[in-house]
Amino acid sequence: MISVDRVSKSYGSGDTAVHALENVSLNIAKGEIFGVVGQSGAGKSTLIRTINSLERPDSGTVTVDGADISRLKGAALRSARHNIGMIFQHFNLLSSRTVQSNVELSLEITGMDRGARRKRVAEILELVGLEGKAAAYPAQLSGGQKQRVGIARALASKPSVLLSDEATSALDPETTRQILDLIRELSRELGLTVMLITHEMDVVKRICDSAAVMSQGRILEQGTVEGLLTTKKSLLGQALFQLGEIPKNGNTIIEITFNGVTADRPVIAQLARTHGIDVGILGAAIETIHGRQTGRTRLELPGQREIVTAAIEDLRNQGLFVEVIGC
Amino acid sequence: MLDRNDPSFWSDLFETVLQGTGETLYTVGISLLFTVIFGLGAGVVLVTTEAGGLLAKPFGSRAWGIIINKVLDLLVNIGRSIPFIILMILLIPFTRLIVGSFIGPTAAIVPLTIAGIPFFARLVEIGIREVPIGLVEAAESLGATRWTILSKVMVAEAVPAIALGLSTTIVGLIGYSAMVGAVGGGGLGDVAFRYGYQRYSPEYMFAVVILLILLVQLFQSLGNFAARRLSHR
Repeated sequence: MISVDRVSKSYGSGDTAVHALENVSLNIAKGEIFGVVGQSGAGKSTLIRTINSLERPDSGTVTVDGADISRLKGAALRSARHNIGMIFQHFNLLSSRTVQSNVELSLEITGMDRGARRKRVAEILELVGLEGKAAAYPAQLSGGQKQRVGIARALASKPSVLLSDEATSALDPETTRQILDLIRELSRELGLTVMLITHEMDVVKRICDSAAVMSQGRILEQGTVEGLLTTKKSLLGQALFQLGEIPKNGNTIIEITFNGVTADRPVIAQLARTHGIDVGILGAAIETIHGRQTGRTRLELPGQREIVTAAIEDLRNQGLFVEVIGC
Repeated sequence: MLDRNDPSFWSDLFETVLQGTGETLYTVGISLLFTVIFGLGAGVVLVTTEAGGLLAKPFGSRAWGIIINKVLDLLVNIGRSIPFIILMILLIPFTRLIVGSFIGPTAAIVPLTIAGIPFFARLVEIGIREVPIGLVEAAESLGATRWTILSKVMVAEAVPAIALGLSTTIVGLIGYSAMVGAVGGGGLGDVAFRYGYQRYSPEYMFAVVILLILLVQLFQSLGNFAARRLSHR
């Protein structure tokens, strides 16, 4: 659905040039929720803005739903944008318009007539859970409600792609969760492809199917979230489950990544019982998201090398993803 | 000197001041109309022809944008830096060309408009600049045309600020209109000058001052009220 092919973009020239994007490529399948994570200044924002051509790449191609958006102009670009909704960190709602009217703007732009607009707005406001708020002004709404208006506005013209530019970064954790769940729900319900950028790892854990990690204009790794979590030395894996620094005491230290199925098994107890190891738990970050347990546990396995090696082998044979991070 | 014991003194005063008020409102009203039309346009062009603005490249070239922006900016600055009393005199030939005379309320409209446009244009420019850039981007992301962005986002969101700018402009124009009045432009300034000054009547002077205060209060309050009603921030 979205294909970014060797895109580069820099600002300024000469020694002071900032390379916001360097040879970035990625593919997002239809219906997928794709997260791009990275610190501020990593180029995430520039990247997402090339998807609807708010930013034009210096080189490379961005294709959305078959259209080469990086080269479209004028009316063709505007009509391609009707197919790509976007939501923003600071909502960007018109303060002079009511909720109804803010959402209607999107349809005024696509040229829908008044009667049809009214009908569609009522429909979409219900979908985002804002029934009864049509006459309110943005200033009268909470942050979460404002973002719901943003989502309604972005989706009113029935686009097939939704871009989210740090859409939950200005919201509190509880509201963030509600908005993310709404995006996920809408994506499933409408077959919407979602690309989001964020610096919050929680967002990736909660809704992303796939993710890319960006730093200094480059993509360091990308793939499905499950895949990345079970990849050795994955940056995403380390960032998602931060367990602090690794102690150096000569004992073997391992990290077990749980991914849905395996988490409910009594792994540690089994380790102690079967192999006779006095397992120490150094850290753990396990969460239940959408009914699946995901997380990492860092264990200290003291004892003879052969016993420990056999134990690790045994864990791997059970289908667990085990990384030895210190010994 | 006018005799205040004359039986028709107060009714004359009433009639003269009423007529003066009418003339002032007429002069200010018509010049305001032109001021709003051209000032709004100039304010919008000032903002949009800047680097990165919606009309940064008119006729397909940034050079045009820079030229239009600089020239307009210079014109606005010139208009704002010439004291009105001098501008008025400077414009006499131009006024005569357009109206056919440089005396009377209609002739007064010309210098008032010329002074009002740059003043209002700056206020419009400031108002539009206050609109967060994110709103423009949101509209762009929805596939809006430049005209839609301009009318439905930039200007629409600046309306409360523009309403305040409008009342400030009206107050300014009322002040200028009194100055034109003193040199033959009619209106309250004319009344104050001819009756209050030349014929030493404190009653006329006082009546004019009170009326000017009332007018200014009225328009400023109307502006504030409108801005409050229109703003939903």
